[in-house]
Amino acid sequence: MTTAFDILLRLLLWLLLAPLVPGIINKVKAWVAGRRGPPVLQLYYDLAKLWRKGVVLSTAVSPGHIAGTAVAWMALVLAALLLPAGPAGAPLAFRGDALLFVYLLALARFCTALAALDTGSAFEGMGAAREVSYAVLGEAAIITALIALSLQTGSVSLTTMLAPAAGAGAALLAAGLFAVLLAENCRVPFDDPNTHLELTMIHEVMVLDHSGPPLAAVLHGASLKLLMFSVLLVQAVLPAGELSPLTAACALAGSVLAVAVGVGLVESLLARLAFRRVPLLLTTAFLLCLFAALVSWRGGHL
Amino acid sequence: MTGGLNLLIALAMGLNLVALASSRLPSVIRAAATQGMVLGLLPLLLEQEFHWMVGLVSVGTVVVKGFVIPHLLRRALRAANIDREMEPLLGFIPSLLLGAGATIGAVALGGALPLRPEHANSLLVPGAFATVVCGFLLLMGRAKAISQVCGYLILENGIFLFGLLLIRTTPLIVEAGILLDLTVAVFVIGIIVDRIQREFDTLDTRKLTSLKE
Repeated sequence: MTTAFDILLRLLLWLLLAPLVPGIINKVKAWVAGRRGPPVLQLYYDLAKLWRKGVVLSTAVSPGHIAGTAVAWMALVLAALLLPAGPAGAPLAFRGDALLFVYLLALARFCTALAALDTGSAFEGMGAAREVSYAVLGEAAIITALIALSLQTGSVSLTTMLAPAAGAGAALLAAGLFAVLLAENCRVPFDDPNTHLELTMIHEVMVLDHSGPPLAAVLHGASLKLLMFSVLLVQAVLPAGELSPLTAACALAGSVLAVAVGVGLVESLLARLAFRRVPLLLTTAFLLCLFAALVSWRGGHL
Repeated sequence: MTGGLNLLIALAMGLNLVALASSRLPSVIRAAATQGMVLGLLPLLLEQEFHWMVGLVSVGTVVVKGFVIPHLLRRALRAANIDREMEPLLGFIPSLLLGAGATIGAVALGGALPLRPEHANSLLVPGAFATVVCGFLLLMGRAKAISQVCGYLILENGIFLFGLLLIRTTPLIVEAGILLDLTVAVFVIGIIVDRIQREFDTLDTRKLTSLKE
């Protein structure tokens, strides 16, 4: 009974904290541009508003449209349950959960793309095609990063993998994971989360026909994914397991905040990359993770 | 000691990939120059006690590879008034992946070779192999004469790394001679680039294969 309550409590924490991250990023962007910007809690208001609205569906959709969105959100929530959060540890942890984590992220992407295709709009089909073609490289990078961590610690459980620091390849791994974070969450050098122009959208295109509660689920899922990637990046680099619980919690919170500020700064200072350059940058991220893996494999001998 | 050495060589290996991935001529020149400077510092780290000749070669390498040669190349670039985009015969992503494969292969090969005990733990041999292969890739995979010069410079950096294995037995005057040769070669290539530009109105070396009266 207490375990169920414990899991529920942590889940609630993940769900409630997630919409804060995009708010911080938007605040940083506004601050750099000299504007006042939307309040940090804006996404909470948006989600509440969307939840109260009705759903407008195209005549072409099947029940799979809503189901795909729901499954995608559930998959992201389950992935969040697997990810350890500093001293609190992961609500669910077992041997090999790193693999399940990757697969749940892939399932979420698959279902979002499926829901987009289900609207019958050619435009959204194009967005889905872009999303999955970038995902090939992004997923290769994140799997390689997990392999690097696994080689470093000799374990395939996220809790053990993320506890110590990443060792000699930490800088490589951090750079690679940061690039993956930007790509997976459709942040600026890869995609612009603000635009509604035809040629600049990847993720945005897929959710144009969503409305009401399904759109709220998509937006909340996206913020949850951003928080998960930040936590993953921070824990891969920080030796969270070797600090005292309070220091670790403070370090984790501070570093996630730093990552959010970093994303905001990148977004303010960089322009979006030309579309054909994106694969090159993602390949670079993959290679950074690959070399981090190489360092943790050969590091002991050199 | 070995840590610092390996860090610098790893930096040089990273710069190989930067050179392979960059799409503009100035950034390739910058990558080759930075790599030359990084490698120029290595003799200082390798020698146990400081010798004025080693210091001289080190300073000479840094100055020539980091400042003189890039300056010559940039001047040739300006004089020939060519546009800065590279024309890859081999795409950026394939060349980047091939370069990364070569780097990993070089590290694996370095582990398999029967090296002397003092070299077994350093990245000298893998770094040299990787740099030579990446230099070759750049030499083969780009169409413009200036980018081929950069490939040649990176290739030479790899050979310089091999040379560091023998630093105790090679007279340092040989290193100085190589450096002089390199400068003259780049100087001559700068003139050739200008001539090619005047004759063909382009720096594309593919045009040089057809005979003309």
